[in-house]
Amino acid sequence: MPEPLIVEVVSPEAVLYTGEADMVITRTLGGGEVAFQAGHAAFLGALVENHARIFQTDGTIQDIAIHRGFVEVSGAPTKVSILSDTAELAQDIDVDRAKEALERHLHTLRNEKIEENIAEAIAGRDRAQVRIATGGNFSA
Amino acid sequence: MAGGQERILKERIRSVSATKKITRAMELIAASRIVKAQARVTAAVPYSEQITEVVKDLAAGGASSDSPMLAGRDEIRHTCYVVITADRGLCGGYNSGTQRAAEGEIKADVLAGRDYTVIPIGRKADGYFRFRGYNLGKPFNGFSDQPSYEDARKIGEHVVELFVSGQVDKVELVYTRFVSAGSQEVVLRPLVPLRADTVEGGDGKPAGAEGPGGDYEFEPDPETILDTLLPRYVEARVYAALLNAAASEHAFRQRAMKSATDNAEDLIESLSRIMNRARQDSITTEIMEIVGGAEALDADDEDSPYLDLGDEIYEQIQQADSGATL
Repeated sequence: MPEPLIVEVVSPEAVLYTGEADMVITRTLGGGEVAFQAGHAAFLGALVENHARIFQTDGTIQDIAIHRGFVEVSGAPTKVSILSDTAELAQDIDVDRAKEALERHLHTLRNEKIEENIAEAIAGRDRAQVRIATGGNFSA
Repeated sequence: MAGGQERILKERIRSVSATKKITRAMELIAASRIVKAQARVTAAVPYSEQITEVVKDLAAGGASSDSPMLAGRDEIRHTCYVVITADRGLCGGYNSGTQRAAEGEIKADVLAGRDYTVIPIGRKADGYFRFRGYNLGKPFNGFSDQPSYEDARKIGEHVVELFVSGQVDKVELVYTRFVSAGSQEVVLRPLVPLRADTVEGGDGKPAGAEGPGGDYEFEPDPETILDTLLPRYVEARVYAALLNAAASEHAFRQRAMKSATDNAEDLIESLSRIMNRARQDSITTEIMEIVGGAEALDADDEDSPYLDLGDEIYEQIQQADSGATL
């Protein structure tokens, strides 16, 4: 059994999560999904909206919705820090509300002509989808 | 009459005690909020430390610094001051501290022929600079005692936009740093452009020489990461400043309200003394009047207003007089 990873999810307002894990999966800007395990090379990446999964040492999975941010992997023992200005743990997500928001944004996208509003709706849609993916997993 | 004065004093004492109750309540509220605000300042530290760390690692990893936010302008012609104050008064010298610091800088700029813009954060700064006819930028207010990251993001985006579009050449942050519950200081910190020294000394923490550095893998390339990271970094700095300012505001308010309460107590004490004396005076006057009145009535019953002491006493007095002259 290799040494566990030390994982930290930090938002400006609080440290959302700290713990030990076997693996962390998240998604970087332009690079697709990326997984980290102990002993990973030092890594720095910008993240897109994504549903991150932390495979904790006790066998359970912690799902986290990350809305843009950064990931830094460094050191021995390997430490994974996810910095995000908005991140939500799966248990804090209101899936029904996210579904409603998704409906609303999709509706806007079908009808809207103003570019600014479209951009906003796309961002909102992505946020809602990530929330649903993250929160849905938790309740299932 | 004397009774009237007493009533006026009683009224004043009542109004001062009512004020005292209010200031005491504000003092207690501020005191409890300091603790919370302080906890939020501490809670924001990990993020701002880590983001600083990432910026440094990026620099070490060879991210080129041609990002517009890193490039300083050769000639500073237009400075933007982000002045953080409270939305409300009743907090002693808190608001005037940052306002005066900013005003000093602006005057120096004007003398040197440079342009400036003030971005007021908090209603007090808005009113102050607007009334005095300074060049105002977009105001932000309504969150001074409990700023959220969202507020910081709006401010950050706005100043980055101002800088990148070339409207201003430099952005300075003027706020009150929370050192401890007993001491806060007004500070002026450069915000944009970001320089190596700004980044490292950003939060007043010396740059630590840890971590391997250099051998990072980047995804996507370092430049793209840096470009998305720098605005976040500015936001984190603004957020830290807002939190510090909020904690300072509560500390200032607590102190101001404590001295107001103490002052009200002193005032009540001295007013009560004056009132008691006035009451005593009026009682004495009243007794005199009653006695005088009673005697006058008595005298009315007999015909003469004077008491007849009799001849014997008159003679004794005369004898005593002549004896005294001898």
